[in-house]
Amino acid sequence: MPDEHRTAATRPASNEAATLAVYVWRGDAGGGAEQRFDVPKQDSQTVLDVVTWIQQQADASLTYRFACRVGMCGSCAMMVNDEPRWTCRTHVERVASDGELHIAPLRNLPVIKDLVTDMDPFFDKWVKAEAVHHPSAGRADGFAAVTPDDPQRIEASAGIECINCAICYAACDTVAGNPDYLGPAALQRAWTLYNDSRDGGGDAILDAVSQSGGCHSCHSMGSCSHYCPNDLDPMGAIAGLKLATTKRFFGRGKGGGRS
Amino acid sequence: MTELRLYMAQRLTALIMAPLVIGHIAVMIYAVQGGLSAGEILGRTRGSLFWALFYGSFVAAVSIHATIGIRTILSEWAGLRGTLLNGVCIGLCAVLLVMGGRAVMAVTFA
Amino acid sequence: MSGRAGQMAKRRIRGHALWYAHILHRVSGIGLALFLPLHFWVLSLAITDVAALDGFLAFADLPLVKLSEFGLVFLLAVHLFGGLRLMALEWLPWPAPHKTLAAGTLAISAFLSGVFFLQAI
Repeated sequence: MPDEHRTAATRPASNEAATLAVYVWRGDAGGGAEQRFDVPKQDSQTVLDVVTWIQQQADASLTYRFACRVGMCGSCAMMVNDEPRWTCRTHVERVASDGELHIAPLRNLPVIKDLVTDMDPFFDKWVKAEAVHHPSAGRADGFAAVTPDDPQRIEASAGIECINCAICYAACDTVAGNPDYLGPAALQRAWTLYNDSRDGGGDAILDAVSQSGGCHSCHSMGSCSHYCPNDLDPMGAIAGLKLATTKRFFGRGKGGGRS
Repeated sequence: MTELRLYMAQRLTALIMAPLVIGHIAVMIYAVQGGLSAGEILGRTRGSLFWALFYGSFVAAVSIHATIGIRTILSEWAGLRGTLLNGVCIGLCAVLLVMGGRAVMAVTFA
Repeated sequence: MSGRAGQMAKRRIRGHALWYAHILHRVSGIGLALFLPLHFWVLSLAITDVAALDGFLAFADLPLVKLSEFGLVFLLAVHLFGGLRLMALEWLPWPAPHKTLAAGTLAISAFLSGVFFLQAI
């Protein structure tokens, strides 16, 4: 095919722009280092595309995690140029700096291999925060009526789009400094359930988030809300828990805990 | 529940101090005009129950408040935990209370 | 928030408005906590040695010391208004304009410490 028939999308703008210098962290729990790969540039290329290209074309032993590729499953989060990102929805051209990408496993979590972290501490903390459903009705009961415009339901709905990607957890300096801290995602889910009229665990939730490492460890630095790829506001949710526990501390809002 | 209590103590001492700090800054801006002297300061504060209560509650609140803040920072940035952390903080709070109490005595009663 | 060229991904996170507000609150708190024992010690000179207190206050009239006093007033003001900002966002039901509050904190503190400085010189 003659050259003039190639589209602008496939024609390299210049030799320099045709490849990306990608530095990928390789290693395991014992340590590791960056390894450089030169990856062909393409239009609308995502960071996950780059990682996939390396695994398929350059080094089949590269380990990483992904599933849906459309920002729903929350499994492909990594550090990209020092910032936590969902790699499937992050375009290279928006984050590459001088044609360079540095890709590393998520911060604040133990590494298993290469770009894969052990998510157990992250999910264990959801349970510790009582961010689990506490049934308030049995199968003999009728359907619970959920009123979308109820103020408490609005609070609950604000957090339900969390995809458990752990980007907020990786972004948080308090998590980095305090291994007991439950973290933004678990606390936000606790706040969501606290506001769900079908959840019967109001006081259990407030007890759980008042323990050492609970919501009162948060310093409202807001990195969670700043980096959340779904534009959720974990910092606001944690502030909600602080207010609810404060009210209970002064004897208001007892019995089911909600007010 | 300890963490909740520390949080409450931190906020309550902050609320107590908010008007005191504003007063303190106002007095500083007023008193610093034309230079400071021991006589000027002591003339204002000696034998005054108001200033004794003002600075006395200020010292008590700030000793608690600063200790809780430093406790968090020692834990997050220096990795101190458990008995060592609590011991250091009890010591710090005691030092602040004693030194602060002495200072209040000095400018109001002595 | 574009990524930065450079070495490994171990640098601390990160410059955004609320993060700076947080770090300013923490650093000003450390500064004030370190200053407190000195402050208390100087005032307690009034019991033992009024002349020494006057000597210290004369020392405090040096321009460089005046400048550091300005810094201390700034630390105090920025910690006060930063703390009020924190309690407002935790306890009051108006959560939206955090960044404006953070900027306001800085502005009021700079103004107050500026007034102090102008009165002092």
